Formats: sequence, structure tokens, C-alpha cells
Amino acid sequence: MKLTNLLSTQKSLILDRWLNQILANYPPQTAQFFKREKDRFDNPVGYRIIQGITELYQGLVSGADRDQLLDSLDEVVRIWAVQDFTPSQALAFVFLLKKIIREELAQELQDLELAEECLELESRIDGLALLGFDVYMKRREKLYEIRVDEVKKRIGGLLRSKGIDLANL
Amino acid sequence: MAKVPKPEELLSGISYKPPEKGWMAVKPDLRPGTYVNAASAKWLKFLDYPFPRDWSVADEDWKLPPNWREIVLEGMEDRLARFRSLKVFFDICVRCGACADKCHFFLGTGDPKNMPVLRAELMRSVYKRYFTVAGRVLGEVAGARDLDEQVLREWFSYLHQCTICRRCSLFCPYGIDMAEMTILGRELLSSVGLNIEWAAASVGSCYEKGSHIGATPQAYKDMIDFLAEENERITGVTTEVTYNRKGAEILFVVPSGDYFADPGSYTMMGYLLLFKYLDLDYTMSTYAAEGGNFGWFISHEMGKRLNAKIYEEAKRLKVKWIMGGECGHMWRICNQYMPTYYGQPVDFLEEPVSPITGTRFENAKTHKMVHISEFTADLIHHGKLKLDPRRNAHIKLTFHDSCNTSRGMGIFEEPRYIIKSVLPEENFVEMPPHTIRERTFCCGSSAALNADEFMETRMKGGLPRATAVQYVAEKYGVNHLGCICALDRATLPTLVNYWVPGMEVTGITELVGNALVFDDEIDRDMDLRDRELVYPIVKGEAGEETEEAGMEAAEAPEAEEGE
Repeated sequence: MKLTNLLSTQKSLILDRWLNQILANYPPQTAQFFKREKDRFDNPVGYRIIQGITELYQGLVSGADRDQLLDSLDEVVRIWAVQDFTPSQALAFVFLLKKIIREELAQELQDLELAEECLELESRIDGLALLGFDVYMKRREKLYEIRVDEVKKRIGGLLRSKGIDLANL
Repeated sequence: MAKVPKPEELLSGISYKPPEKGWMAVKPDLRPGTYVNAASAKWLKFLDYPFPRDWSVADEDWKLPPNWREIVLEGMEDRLARFRSLKVFFDICVRCGACADKCHFFLGTGDPKNMPVLRAELMRSVYKRYFTVAGRVLGEVAGARDLDEQVLREWFSYLHQCTICRRCSLFCPYGIDMAEMTILGRELLSSVGLNIEWAAASVGSCYEKGSHIGATPQAYKDMIDFLAEENERITGVTTEVTYNRKGAEILFVVPSGDYFADPGSYTMMGYLLLFKYLDLDYTMSTYAAEGGNFGWFISHEMGKRLNAKIYEEAKRLKVKWIMGGECGHMWRICNQYMPTYYGQPVDFLEEPVSPITGTRFENAKTHKMVHISEFTADLIHHGKLKLDPRRNAHIKLTFHDSCNTSRGMGIFEEPRYIIKSVLPEENFVEMPPHTIRERTFCCGSSAALNADEFMETRMKGGLPRATAVQYVAEKYGVNHLGCICALDRATLPTLVNYWVPGMEVTGITELVGNALVFDDEIDRDMDLRDRELVYPIVKGEAGEETEEAGMEAAEAPEAEEGE
């Protein structure tokens, strides 16, 4: 409980560092823009990243269920699944959180009473990364699926005219 | 022991090298998913375009002609003289950055070279080096650089990450039109045999057989006849079409996506129903079987070649004027380029007049072509259509302004006016104002970039559009995305499949087809896609509608100011 409280009070600081480290992978002017522009329509990538990691953090602290975490992961991972990120690159951001928490709460974590909670949290972060791989794979599979679907649609009218049901292909 | 990287080491410099060394030093990285495949030699030979050869974008050697640099520089010099716009744009850009974050490709990829200002700089730096004194003398200090193969690769990559949508030019204080630069840049690439397959194959097919998909005249007729039969099955109304009929009043031209691909085929059914309702004197042509114009995505010359087919056919068939289906770049070419292509208005056709309402389409007096949305809105305005909006009650719609029809030619009100007449009032929801009308976000796949091998980049480019669609879907339960462009109908279903699953894409005339009330129709319990209606229309024995299904002719919505 003690660690949960600490994570809640330090939330904005930790999230800001997490965001900065994620954005550091983009060119500087892009990173600045992604962070600065708050309108979700004028800055969909930045907005989704901020939204996604905030939800993930809250989910970790409050013990959100698997489906909620998968949804939050999907918010960010589906961007990186099309933005030239390999699986390891797309999911590395999850592990960054461990390091940030260790550094931000360095003093507090010297308290041995927190050790158990801390290990528990780190295990959950590991679990989050594993879920992240599921999400990444699902998104990459989706990409191939939509390619096939598009080809089917392109000839959809023609096939119907010949009495062929697309569902049979 | 091999060292396993730490997470932060994995992340450093993911896809774009940190540009501390300046953008010129960042070389293009062409990997699968980030480019459209190279055009094969057979199409270029067929079209008599220069340097046909089989090559691959991923290859180190692009098999350029030995004098490629001279060809490109001479081409640039020639275009600087012929296109005053190009020279003016090169000279006046002050790199203020107003356009920087307005491009959907920048917003989705995060790649600074997709900022329009920097994309233009890719060509402008070469202009400075060879055509300005400062650039010749000072070189890189003056933002100039030599033209080498890396520069050409960069052009190929980024000029094919621009959909010519002109959103950036809307925000430019000088009105610099990046689309002009992209088209002329693509012309320069084409002059040394660097074309993309998706454009060249479409153009070659259109040139050879009549349409981008290369359908034979027989297949074209078969398909449209089939859609007419579908209309009869669903509505009981026969919507037969005549082909290549001389002396018809109107030549009707549609993009090939409307008679082959879903969901465009349902829009096509809507056209046929509407014309049958009006008993319109029109014909369709197996020669002018393509409204779209992928030629314009290669060069102005090729754009003109394909556009001329439509007009030659109109002349041969001796029609009075041309009506175009729901198509995007067909309109951009008519309105923005035809006067320049031909140097004079089309003089063998008449200024279009609606035979139903008598409305004279003065806006079409140069090119003599009317967009079906203009035509339909005018019909509704004059109360000429009996419409039952409840037949679209299952459709909650938002409307995507297609770049070419909206920014390219100012069609904003007509489709909305039609939508409000064919849908129950509460079923139409607009996306946020800074994502529609003039400021609409592109589908991210136009300008011959809708190849499936380019899918990752298309999903990035379409993200801003999809974000607004997702917003209205989640907030208002919108389940259909309407548009009046065939490229949108081909590409938006794929885009929303990735970002907003469950969203359907529809043309607006499909909705008109659903709502039209024919005197001699059969029970209407299905829409044109064979989906059950919320309020099925069941007729009594005497042919009268039952009480609960009775309807009134839709009242035309109040005409909005400026219409």
C-alpha cells in the first residue's frame, strides 16, 4: 500500500519522465511537437501516447484487469506497429518505467518494508511487457488482414456478379 | 559473453537518425512498407515513357541512365520557365513553419522530412545549387546541395509520401502549393524512368482498355448490367443502361471503383436508380470508362492524355454535356487544370443545364462537366425527388470532405444538403470543425499511393482522419463514414478497419438510392447492401403502403446561405 501511495503522489513526475524518454526516440522537433500540441486531432500520435501511458500507469497502480491493460497498450502499440518499430523497440518503453521508478523513488525505496511491494510492481511491469507482445503481434496480423481484405473488396462487385461469396474465398 | 542490450539501448534512434548533423546528412532509408513498388518496364514501353527497365526500389543500383543528372536539371530548368508557380514558390518560401504540423504524413510518421516546408526543401536545395547565384557560390551555407543519387532517392521517397491534398497550402501565408511541387517533382523522376507501379499500371490499363483496372468493354458492360439487375431484385425497378449511344443528352462517367469494387458498387446502384427515377437521357461509354485520372499522378502530360479520352468520347457521341460520378481527382483536373491543358474552354459541348429543373450550371461553363452531388442537390432543392429518410434509419453518418472536391473545387454544401434530405435528422453528425471542410484531413492513400505494399505508411498518413472518425463513433455512435470520392471508398474501409473497426464507408448517392420512393417499387425491406431496414416498407394488395409504413416526400432542408 505504501508504494501505491508513493506512486500516486509522484505520478505526474514519473509520467513526465516516461513520456520524455519515449519521445526521445523521435527527432527533437517532432518530440517537441508531440509533447506541446494538446489537441487530439492536430496531434493524434502525441495525444495517444500520453493518453495510453497515463492509462497504463494508472492501471498498474490501481491493479487494473487484463482487458483494461490490453486496451491501454493497444492505444500506443498500434501506432508503433506501423511506425517502423521492431517488436523489441515497440515494447522497450514498458521496461523503461522500472528504471524511472527506481530513480525517482531512490530514497524511499531504501526502506526495506517496501521491498516486497517493489518486487511485486516490477513483476507486474514484466507482465505488462508480455501482454504488449500479444498486442504488437495482433496489430501486425491486423495489417496483413486488412491488406487481404482490401484486395477482396477491390474485386468484391465482380465476384458477387458471378455468384461467388467472398466469405468462401 | 555477448551483451544483451538494455531497453534504453534498444530504443535509441528508432527509425530516424537524430538530425543533429542537419537534415541533408540524413539519408533516406527505403525499407519494405515505406515505398510503393517500382513501375515495370512493360507499362512504360506501352506508354512510350522514357527509360523503361525493370528495377526495384530496395536495390542499390536503380539502373539510372548515365546522363540522368543532366536530364533532371534540364527538366527543372524547363519547368522553372514553363511553370511560374514553381519558381515563385521556390523563391518566396521563408521557412516560417506554418505548414510544418499540418501534413497528415508528418502527423502520422513524425518524420520531419514530411513537414511540407522540409519536403519542399528537398527540391529547393537543388534549385538553389544550380539556379541561384548564392547557392552556386555558398553551397550548403545557402541551403544548396549537389544533385546526387541519394537526393534522387529522397525525392522518390518523400514525393510519394505526399497525396497532393493541399492542406498545407491552406495554412501557408503565401499560399504556396506543395501539390504543384510534388507533381513537377514526380515529372522529373519520371523523366529518368523512376515511376511507381501503382500509377503506371493503372495509367497503362486505362490507356489500353478504358479503365484503371483494365476491364474490357465487355466486362464493363457486364458489371454495370449486373448492378442494374441487383437494383431490380431489391427495388423492383428496372434501371437499364445504354452504352455508347450517340445523341444522348448526357455522357455519364464514373471512376472504375464504382462499378467493380465494394462499397463503390452500391453507389453505382444509387446512380442508376436516380437516373431511372428521372428518366434521364444519358449514356455510358466503354471507352470513357474511367473517371479517375492516375495519369496526373505521374505528369501533367499524362493527366491530359487520360482526361482527353472523356472529351473525345463526348465529342464522338455528340452529347450536350458530361456528368461525373462521385470522384475526386476527376474534378480537380476539370476545375484546376483543364483550362491550362487545352488553353481554351471546351467548345463542342453545351453549358450544362439540368433537364429536370432547368438550372444552368454556370460553374461548369469551361469544362462542361457537372458533379453528381451538384446535380442531385439541385433536384432536391427544387423538390423533384420523393425521398423517405427512414429507409436510411440504420445509418448514422459522418461526412468526410474529400480533398479534391472540397479544397480542390469547393464542394462543401451540396453533399451535406443531400445527406440531410435522405437521412433522419438526428442521424448526421459532423466531425470536429478543424478536421472537415477546407481543413479536412486526407485519407492518406490518394495520388496513386493506395498500393497494398505501402500499407504501413498509409495507416500512418490516415491516422489524423481516423482519429476524428473514431471520436464521433465513440461519442455519438456513428457507424458510417460518407464521402463523394471513389479513392476514398477504396481506401477508407481499410483505414478504419485498422483504427476504427466496425465503421462502414458509403457514397452519398447510395443513400439517395436507398431513400428514393418509386411508384412501382416492390416491398422495400432491404437496403442496397441487402441489409434489413429498420422501417420495412410493405405495400398492400392495391399497391398502397400500409399505414405504419406510410411516408411523406421529404421536405427539402432550408437552403443555407450562399447556396
